[in-house]
Amino acid sequence: MINPTKLELTPEEIKAQKPYLAWSMTDSEYELACTMLGRLPNYTETGLFAVMWSEHCSYKNSKPVLKQFHTTGKQVLQGPGEGAGIVEIGDGQAVVFKAESHNHPSAVEPYEGAATGVGGIIRDIFSMGAQPIAVLDSLRFGELDNPRTKYLMSQVVKGIADYGNCIGLPTVGGETSFDATYEGNPLVNAMCVGILDQKDMQVGQAKGSDNSIIYVGAKTGRDGIHGATFASEEFSDDTESDRSAVQVGDPFMEKLLMDACVEVVRHHKEALVGIQDMGAAGLVSSSAEMASKAGTGMVLNLDLVPVRESGMTPYEMMLSESQERMLLCVNQGYEQEILDVFDRFGLDAVKIGHVTTDKAYRLYHQGALVCDVPVDDLVSNAPVYHRPKQVPARLVAPEPTQFQPDVTDLAKTFYQLLAQPTIASKASIYGTYDTQVRTNTVVKPGSDAAVLRIRGTKKALAMDMDGNARYIYLDPKVGGAIAVAEAARNLVAAGAKPLAMTDCLNYGNPEKPEHFYELATSAQGMTEACKMLDTPVISGNVSLYNETNGQAIYPTPVVGMVGLIKDTKDIQTLAFKAAGDLVYLVGQTTAGFNGSEIQKLQTGKISGALFDFDLQAEADNQAVMLQAIQAGLTQGVHDISKGGLLTALAESSFQSQGHLGATIDWDLDPAWLFSESQSRFLVTVKPAQAAAFEALLGAKAQLLGEVTAAPTLTIHTGNATEIIDLNQAKAIWEDAIPCLMK
Amino acid sequence: MRFAVIVFPGSNCDEDMYHAVVDQLGESAQLLPHTATSLAGFDGVLIPGGFSYGDYLRCGAIARFSPIMPAIIDFANQGGLVLGVCNGFQVLTEAGLLPGALHENTSLEFICKDTELKITNPNTRFTSAYTTDTITLPIAHGEGNYYCDPDTLAQMQANGQIVFTYTDNPNGSVADIAGITNAQGNVLGMMPHPERAVEALLGLTDGLGLFESMAQATKTAL
Repeated sequence: MINPTKLELTPEEIKAQKPYLAWSMTDSEYELACTMLGRLPNYTETGLFAVMWSEHCSYKNSKPVLKQFHTTGKQVLQGPGEGAGIVEIGDGQAVVFKAESHNHPSAVEPYEGAATGVGGIIRDIFSMGAQPIAVLDSLRFGELDNPRTKYLMSQVVKGIADYGNCIGLPTVGGETSFDATYEGNPLVNAMCVGILDQKDMQVGQAKGSDNSIIYVGAKTGRDGIHGATFASEEFSDDTESDRSAVQVGDPFMEKLLMDACVEVVRHHKEALVGIQDMGAAGLVSSSAEMASKAGTGMVLNLDLVPVRESGMTPYEMMLSESQERMLLCVNQGYEQEILDVFDRFGLDAVKIGHVTTDKAYRLYHQGALVCDVPVDDLVSNAPVYHRPKQVPARLVAPEPTQFQPDVTDLAKTFYQLLAQPTIASKASIYGTYDTQVRTNTVVKPGSDAAVLRIRGTKKALAMDMDGNARYIYLDPKVGGAIAVAEAARNLVAAGAKPLAMTDCLNYGNPEKPEHFYELATSAQGMTEACKMLDTPVISGNVSLYNETNGQAIYPTPVVGMVGLIKDTKDIQTLAFKAAGDLVYLVGQTTAGFNGSEIQKLQTGKISGALFDFDLQAEADNQAVMLQAIQAGLTQGVHDISKGGLLTALAESSFQSQGHLGATIDWDLDPAWLFSESQSRFLVTVKPAQAAAFEALLGAKAQLLGEVTAAPTLTIHTGNATEIIDLNQAKAIWEDAIPCLMK
Repeated sequence: MRFAVIVFPGSNCDEDMYHAVVDQLGESAQLLPHTATSLAGFDGVLIPGGFSYGDYLRCGAIARFSPIMPAIIDFANQGGLVLGVCNGFQVLTEAGLLPGALHENTSLEFICKDTELKITNPNTRFTSAYTTDTITLPIAHGEGNYYCDPDTLAQMQANGQIVFTYTDNPNGSVADIAGITNAQGNVLGMMPHPERAVEALLGLTDGLGLFESMAQATKTAL
């Protein structure tokens, strides 16, 4: 057999021909690798350095920003740095969650890109020893006015649906919104939530000299090579040729892998030392990180790696991002016990190497040593860049006054607003997701947050993903704080105490000072809100270089949050429950129009200075609302967000049994019905509980009117009465996206 | 009564089925791997939903060759109660225990929603406990579009084998069929998920009647 490495460039040829430039490794990074080694790296080693030092794996550009995040709290059992974060929820139980972006693969091959995004995040959860219980997704697309965007959306949704439905995890929530900025660069952020008993917590570490490294799951192919590098580059029109950097998913394989790994974690504790997903940068990243975190070294024999193609080089095997693979570190002498478990599930499981004490990372292939580098040089010694920041031109002196909507015909304007895809019903999307499998889902998609009960307890978990990039585009700091605040507000509206958050930081090229400014400044805003609301960041990922032909997306941090509901009796939904219930508005309404849906509808863009936001008022309103809910004073609770109060009222009607409506008095400017000022809730209360509710809320709550049996929204303004036909409104809201997709 | 819940590689509603009969009905059940070859000691067989063998080749087509299948076929031929839900229904048609086949929904999309069903035959071992003729159960499938030839349909209608029909056909099934039995009435296949409708907390409880009917039928027979 010919040794495939014979065809590779020699170290001297690499130095001369610089193939690493195509792998997004700079000359100075190559020089640094040479200095670290004290010699020229060979082809395999150069490839490992390039991928391990990519932004995706090393966070070399974002590390200085991530360091400032608030990551601690008494509820946190595992903060950032592992496969996923872990938060305690009482009774010896914990919730595990993380969100991750799969933007670049989804832009090129949307079905597999989205599917493998889901698959990857699920592996992160069970690598911590948890049983995954739910998947959420946050999606951003361009306007639904061109065939490419429609194709991207339909394939992304199908990819998410097929993976989640087959593996048997409910896809329970998330969000989808639309802006032209995402046309060439859609965002696909997936989140997975799992539950574990604290005694089963795992980490991805390879400790203990001579312990075995066991490869399990799918065979390694040539798919996804340099996927992590590819995710750390801008797009241009010729990027579609990068299709081979996209991985292919197999949810059936992952179902088996998930069940087998959960069994190993729960029932073979004495055997298992550490476990990690082979995600971005595949075998090299998982093995090198496990060794580096444990302060050990590793020797792998690549001839033992299960492969599905012949003639694979060490470079290809190490960089492949073939899906549905895990790496285990197993105590010496317990190997067969672990191999037997995987054998029962019909999965490949092979010992491919062992742990050493010398902190060296050594790979053998066909008897030859093909890589010998200090493991920390690949992982913790990656370069870190402190990028320059510059305020983007649009933020230097933004128009200070708020946009004033034209509401000459209030009903007509509202019907137009309901047809905007960002506001319109997403039922045509989530209707293709199995939202109930595992039979824990109490609140399905369509409310502020999804709620799943924890079987065998009175507890439940609320979860959501949120992030209004328009606000961050207008004001990165305040917008960043709002993203966190709104995610928390959605959980409170469901009856939960927010526990902690994960994030996907989706931005443009950090080497451009204005984009780095957006990243750094929005992170400051997020941090302030995290501290105020006691929702530390426990996991997340960074996706930079989201640009097409030099044009960046809106800065888009997406916040995934999980909250604890102490008793299932506290679970709230946004729907109106009964005619005669009183309708309250909690929180102050001001002229909040710059960055709003109504501004986009009426001007075609968003612009100006963002409206004010008071973080203290946000925290106070959330706290008192949670108190009201836990005291049993509320019938329905809804966060007021995109589209403002009128949209919130309509949504509460659309979700009600029997087409309930409402009649309200509105003394302020009718245009303010569309204001997106923050920290507000729409609440319905039984008349018998009105006194207690008002006593608790005080001046924070304003009685607007009541729920009616008639399916209309009747709004008495200063000198007129506006009537909105909710049947007509609902038809517009439901049909908008299906019509645009045809 | 003691149920066997069959677990194929890729089954994903097995635990839901188990919890429905054990936690909500108080009956006993055991998750039985596809590698088992005997059903001795069981009074009923539940074949759950999911994606057995990843739906490779065709839904249910590989599962029918599983080691457990001869035992299930024997059990059914001896009059034992067998329920196949969703992928379980697909397995039963592939195994020849039920007539017809299930192909892709007319929308070509996976559909997950609550559906209203008519109980078109209340006198079966799967429906006798119901006191109403309309129930609501969730569906969650991409390939639930039931087809059989006109002769088979006429035969099933004459025999009362059509047990559940959709009020608002979601997937294009012939004659709005949601669930059918074999001619003997001891094997039921259905696309809607009764095991997802057994707890008020999760929204629906109309699935309970089906499991209660099975338990009653078994106890009467014993």
